[in-house]
Amino acid sequence: MGTAFMVLCGAATLVGVVALVVLLADLALDGAPRLSWSFLNSFASRFPERAGVKAALLGSVWILALTALIAFPVSVAAAIYLEEYAPQTWVTRLIRLNIANLAGVPSIVYGILGLALFVRTLGLDRSIISGALTLSLLIMPVIIIASQEAIRAVPSSIREAAYGLGATRWQVVRTQVLPMAMPGIMTGAILALSRAVGETAPLIMVGAVGFIAFAPTGVFDSFTVLPLQIYNWISRPQEEFHQLAAAGILVLLAVLLTMNAAAILLRNRYQSRR
Amino acid sequence: MSQPTGAAGSEVFDPAALAHKRTRNLAEHVIGLLLFLCAAASTLITVGIVLVLLRETISFFSSVSLIDFLTDPQWTPLFQEKHFGILPLAAGSFMVAAGAAVVAVPTGLLTALFLSEYASERLRAFLKPTLEILAGIPTVVYGYFALTFVTPVLRALFPSTEVYNAAAASIVVGIMIIPTISSLSEDALRAVPSSLREGAYGLGATKLEVSTRVVLPAALSGVIAAFILGISRAIGETMAVTIAAGQMPNLTLNPLESIETMTAYIVQASLGDTPHGSIGYQTLFAVGMTLFLITLAMNIVSQLILSRFREAYQ
Repeated sequence: MGTAFMVLCGAATLVGVVALVVLLADLALDGAPRLSWSFLNSFASRFPERAGVKAALLGSVWILALTALIAFPVSVAAAIYLEEYAPQTWVTRLIRLNIANLAGVPSIVYGILGLALFVRTLGLDRSIISGALTLSLLIMPVIIIASQEAIRAVPSSIREAAYGLGATRWQVVRTQVLPMAMPGIMTGAILALSRAVGETAPLIMVGAVGFIAFAPTGVFDSFTVLPLQIYNWISRPQEEFHQLAAAGILVLLAVLLTMNAAAILLRNRYQSRR
Repeated sequence: MSQPTGAAGSEVFDPAALAHKRTRNLAEHVIGLLLFLCAAASTLITVGIVLVLLRETISFFSSVSLIDFLTDPQWTPLFQEKHFGILPLAAGSFMVAAGAAVVAVPTGLLTALFLSEYASERLRAFLKPTLEILAGIPTVVYGYFALTFVTPVLRALFPSTEVYNAAAASIVVGIMIIPTISSLSEDALRAVPSSLREGAYGLGATKLEVSTRVVLPAALSGVIAAFILGISRAIGETMAVTIAAGQMPNLTLNPLESIETMTAYIVQASLGDTPHGSIGYQTLFAVGMTLFLITLAMNIVSQLILSRFREAYQ
């Protein structure tokens, strides 16, 4: 009886592992034959044999860079305020509760906000900057929560020692707390950004388009990203386009894997230095 | 914002140092203010979401009555003969979420029990990050998997299955939320102090009894909160259901039929031609508002359960 239950629990755990293996194997079988240098270096095309992910890959890089530039400083500043500055009042409690709830809002709702606020009200139109601002709002709560945890993990004895030497609050934060918390903050930020790279729905809302045959040159250009290009190919009936979608997914997963590996490397490197 | 004071008494009077101190204090205040503004910006996101949704939802309800919205069994806002009943879309979302829960709740809970009660540290160190990869895979990938792998399998088993169907979407959304449920449940199970387990063993309980009748009840509030969070994620899930479940508002209980969820409608309508200010444009916001309220309510309930019913040990 006890052993049977243990086997049942183990089998349930295997469900997730097996699902992952089947998913990756299915993608590799469908997509690997289509992977080639010309696939990476060609624009979208009506002809599946000529189509590639160049515009989508470049679009994803633009979106990733801009989102990082916008979301990272604001989120870290917010986390510093909440952990190091905020007096324990109802305002602070409200902000905390709000951040926890924001992290649970479906991403498509952020897309609706981006559509109404950035595309229509601010007149930024269906541009890279609209997409990056929308994704920044989406991942800010995630980076704030991760940064708060990293800052909280810095021992208070360090702060007290610095205060004892006459440092001001900002000096304590800048010279002691932030350097110690930075590996944790960076890890959280990279993981949040890799979520942004995989997002499709909010970018459909702010008007990224599935068919772009040029490389973006500025933040006000229209754009597409990898997940959207993949969605565009999936929604076509022909089998050839489904293979393209699988190859596109392999490229997307490679990008995500690189980002996650970077996060892990960064963490290990800083941890061993301490 | 009180500052810890240093050895102020030993300072000699020096006007230059005092001036330096004044600019330093000013800089401190400016930095504090900037940091506060960044934190407040996060609140503005919520205010923005609510205001944006409210504005267009109010215009929507000036042309459609709330009663029609809640009771009309048809949703055809983009057709010639327009009906604005949210029921088919809400039913679609709940059917996918229920299907996902059937997959993910037992699997996630048993996985959490295995990881916290049975697996060795080494096995756990391998299994936990592996499962978390599932949560990091973009949802469009799950959509592809559902359409090109799960649906053909279902069609082989049940020939009446339509190309787009709720069942395939439910299965992949279920797989997607396994890590949410297993991770959060496992945290709750591991937070149960080992003295409780040891006490039960001391009374002669078996490992099975300890796991299911001591540890699980003690962690129940955390486990239920994990279920609710997972299901709320399933309701908000967009791309996998848009790709695999179809875009046909359909009030049905048959998971093998094509349906449309609230999220899939929002994608469909924003891809199509919905000019600013038209009723089609406003439906985006009315459906978005419904989705926002449902997921918000579920998240708040899960937080309440956590804070109200948490057994505080130690």
